[in-house]
Amino acid sequence: MNAYDKVRAARAKGRPTSIDYINQIFTKFTELHGDRRFSDDKAIIAGIAKLDDMSVTVIGIEKGHSTKEKVSRNFGSAHPEGYRKALRQMKLAEKFKRPVICFVDTAGAFCGIGAEERGQGQAIAENLMEMMALRVPVISIFIGEGGSGGALALSVADEVWMLENSVYSVISPEGCASILWKDSSKTKEASECLKLTAEDLYSFGVTERIFSEKAGFEPLCEEIKNQLIATFHRNNSLTTEELLDNRYRKFRKIGG
Amino acid sequence: MIKRGLFKNPKNQLEGNPKLSRTPAPCVADEMCVTCPSCKKTILTSELSENLSVCQTCGYHFRINARQRINIISDANTFCEIDQDMISQNRIDFPEYDKKLKNARLDSAEKDAVVCGTCKIGGYDCCLFVMEPYFMMGSMGIVVGEKITRLFEMATEKSLPVVGFTVSGGARMQEGILSLMQMAKTSGAVKRHNDAGNLYIGVLTDPTTGGVTASFATEGDIVVAEPSALIGFAGPRVIEQTIRQKLPQGFQRAEFLLEKGFLDAIVDRREQKKYLVRLLYLHEKAEQA
Repeated sequence: MNAYDKVRAARAKGRPTSIDYINQIFTKFTELHGDRRFSDDKAIIAGIAKLDDMSVTVIGIEKGHSTKEKVSRNFGSAHPEGYRKALRQMKLAEKFKRPVICFVDTAGAFCGIGAEERGQGQAIAENLMEMMALRVPVISIFIGEGGSGGALALSVADEVWMLENSVYSVISPEGCASILWKDSSKTKEASECLKLTAEDLYSFGVTERIFSEKAGFEPLCEEIKNQLIATFHRNNSLTTEELLDNRYRKFRKIGG
Repeated sequence: MIKRGLFKNPKNQLEGNPKLSRTPAPCVADEMCVTCPSCKKTILTSELSENLSVCQTCGYHFRINARQRINIISDANTFCEIDQDMISQNRIDFPEYDKKLKNARLDSAEKDAVVCGTCKIGGYDCCLFVMEPYFMMGSMGIVVGEKITRLFEMATEKSLPVVGFTVSGGARMQEGILSLMQMAKTSGAVKRHNDAGNLYIGVLTDPTTGGVTASFATEGDIVVAEPSALIGFAGPRVIEQTIRQKLPQGFQRAEFLLEKGFLDAIVDRREQKKYLVRLLYLHEKAEQA
């Protein structure tokens, strides 16, 4: 598969979304709503669940399945209140010492009048800062599209994992093509240029683990679950300071 | 029947007084004056630079480069540049990036899109970063991220305040995901500087957008902007294309952000140094006083 095939696979209709992974991997998922400042952004779901016998905080960008649901979830493009809702849940996780797991699947943070008025940039920036210092383990899993700052705002994590058909990019291939060649239809060429596949990102040290999707959805979820449990157990031997130092150094050294 | 003279150029008052236009114009070379894009008044460049590149008539802030800002803000002969030799490389073999970098170096006479160093501002020791609009519109790649991170790490180590001027189109597409990672990296360094109890003042100038807005630009303890500066996450053209409607007048301008609660103040360039010195004075630590 070339880079553009990966982009198409990541966006494919019928691909499982965050809610599907959450229901399959965890039990007792209890959704908690709202950012306590403006509203409840349905593009992001968040709550508490059990991973085996461990309480964890789960946050996911949700695109929805049916057309009606997709519209209500704004096609998985969050507004600032979505990122603030996520941060609120992360702060609760910190208070109650629960690990955080984020599922990322977004074309990008929404760009529109309301999003700008309520400080899209500031909301993302705050998440980057706060996640870097969050005193509990954080793992982010890319299950589909990883669109720029809107994806990064949920992935300043100890480890970033990607499904083999997920992508993560600084700009959409369409955006890149329209800037580079003034022609947004050259997405295929742009996808290659951006080096956005899981293998590319693994070689840059952006992602630590790639999951094969070949065996199907249920075995994949089982594998993710096992890796989550193993990783959190491994993290138990670290002090909070070591955990935070490792997280800082992970990002500090990329591209250096 | 066609009247004579119908095709002769008519003369009216719109074309000015021909006698006047024949009187010799003051001898001013083109490069010695500019027209203010806001009030259309012609300004002598010498007057303009004396006024810190702000139009005396309407207050329009002309774009200035990083070195000009450093001269305006830092005390004379105190700026000491660090990491001045870091240069960007085409890490992901992005088409045309090498050429773009070469042109940007020629356009700006800088090696990359930010200048960092230490200086005194009103006698106070500070770390200062100033982004460079003439280098790929201040876009952030690995070098910009690394220089900003190093500056904050140094400031944390020495317990110094950071003053930063931003101007940026956002993360640099030509370095792909590695540019995006600079947002996390710089934010981490700002956070450590913050948690150690140090002051960071951000001054947003026209334009500050994208990944820079969504990282260190808006993470200051105090965030101010120059009048009318465009500040946002998505650029206005992208928003218009997405929502398919025209944006209201003044949208994403500094005045709009102040009203929405995202800025502490709007500070005219001619008042900026005084303003910064006052804030530094107000944050003076007891043992230094």
